[in-house]
Amino acid sequence: MKKIIKYVVIDILRNKIVLGYTAFLLLISISIFNLEDNSAKGLLSLLNIILIIVPLVSLLFSAIYVYNSSEFLELLVSQPLKRKTIWLSLFTGLAASMAFAFFVGAGIPILLYEATPTGFMMLATGLLLSVIFVALAMLTTVIARDKAKGIGVVILLWLYFSIIFDGLILFVLFQFADYPLEKIMVGVTAFNPIDLSRILILLKMDVSALMGYTGAIFKDFFGTQLGLIISFLVLVTWVVIPAWLSLRKFKHKDL
Amino acid sequence: MIIASNVSKQFGKLKVLDNVSVNCARGECIALIGPNGCGKTTFIKTILGMVVSDSGFITFNGKNIKHDWKYREHIGYMPQIGRYPENMTIGQVLDMMKDIRRRKDGNLDEELINMFGLKEILAKRMRTLSGGTRQKVSAALAFLFNPDVLILDEPTAGLDPVSSEILKEKIIAEKNKGKLVLITSHILSELDDLITQVIYMQEGKLWFHKSINELREDTGEEKLSKAIAKIMTQ
Repeated sequence: MKKIIKYVVIDILRNKIVLGYTAFLLLISISIFNLEDNSAKGLLSLLNIILIIVPLVSLLFSAIYVYNSSEFLELLVSQPLKRKTIWLSLFTGLAASMAFAFFVGAGIPILLYEATPTGFMMLATGLLLSVIFVALAMLTTVIARDKAKGIGVVILLWLYFSIIFDGLILFVLFQFADYPLEKIMVGVTAFNPIDLSRILILLKMDVSALMGYTGAIFKDFFGTQLGLIISFLVLVTWVVIPAWLSLRKFKHKDL
Repeated sequence: MIIASNVSKQFGKLKVLDNVSVNCARGECIALIGPNGCGKTTFIKTILGMVVSDSGFITFNGKNIKHDWKYREHIGYMPQIGRYPENMTIGQVLDMMKDIRRRKDGNLDEELINMFGLKEILAKRMRTLSGGTRQKVSAALAFLFNPDVLILDEPTAGLDPVSSEILKEKIIAEKNKGKLVLITSHILSELDDLITQVIYMQEGKLWFHKSINELREDTGEEKLSKAIAKIMTQ
């Protein structure tokens, strides 16, 4: 398994996109921290950029990478290797590269400028988001054989998680404004890792006071130790379930 | 050595393999023959576990391949269209395969690498290679690990006459060492001096599996190409 991870990582490093992504994140985070006089404010600006860019790059890059390695996968499958080993190595290689890129690009500036609980929360959720969206991309690629279709689905997934989901929630909230939905909303956030991450980080900041009554309910749940543990378990589930489903599918795939 | 029992595979509505059962023994050189799209490559891929059959099972040395992956250590596979990571060099591909499939005794067969002159072009990237050179890399990889079974899918397609002669010599040498060789080809004339048995498939069904001598007797033709032509037009 180690050997294949090694080849995947070498290959990813060779194609330079991940290096560019790291440099881009680094540039953004350092400039934002230098633009704002208060680094906590910088963190807030960085939050919005990261929640958009990290899922997008993780999804797109992983999907394109898996499609482009179809030759490599075919070659490996005819060799004395378990399919499970091949697929998990590919996943580990991609996830490690994306997480490492995030750590260097955004994590190090955060640690330098804002090594507070909020900063650590952002680092942790960013790393998890990178891995979650690699898993989702791999699930998409194993289901959709066609490259164009797969990449289209991946872009739709990103749109769904970053924009459409919020729109739907707003729609439901306005339609059922007369009913007490605040508690249900806490549960609904579990269905979107981006929202969950955003709430986790925002609640660590003082701005949560601006979120009104729902904010108070959120604080009640996510502010506690138990809430925090549950949220992280939910995020980990977002990694494990897509990865497991894709592995199951890959084991029976005809190459 | 390889026994397939009632293997069936369907792609959508198309039945690619229909109850195929064969028994391939050690020391034989078996030609898989049939018209285009009759399921030869799919059958080979099911043996390799690249395609998962819908029903039936295949055993390799008595073990069902479904729950076993180690058996592929004993197989050298040369695909019809060799597809390799495009931005690796020939040298890197060879090193990677050696790294992944390292044999305990360190016994590598680099004869073909030398004979094909691949040593001189190790630094070339895979994407720049011509179809024939790719075939040479595929062939070299198939023989590299001294496997007991060689599965060659259209091995000489795209090779120049000299290289294809080298490859044929190599196949005969390996067969004489008692290895099982499965070979598909449409150029029947070059199979004449290689093979000992013929498997003929059509529309996913196995029509017959005979030794070459039996086939010659049945059809009264000395040449394989004529014998097969006689059967196909019957």
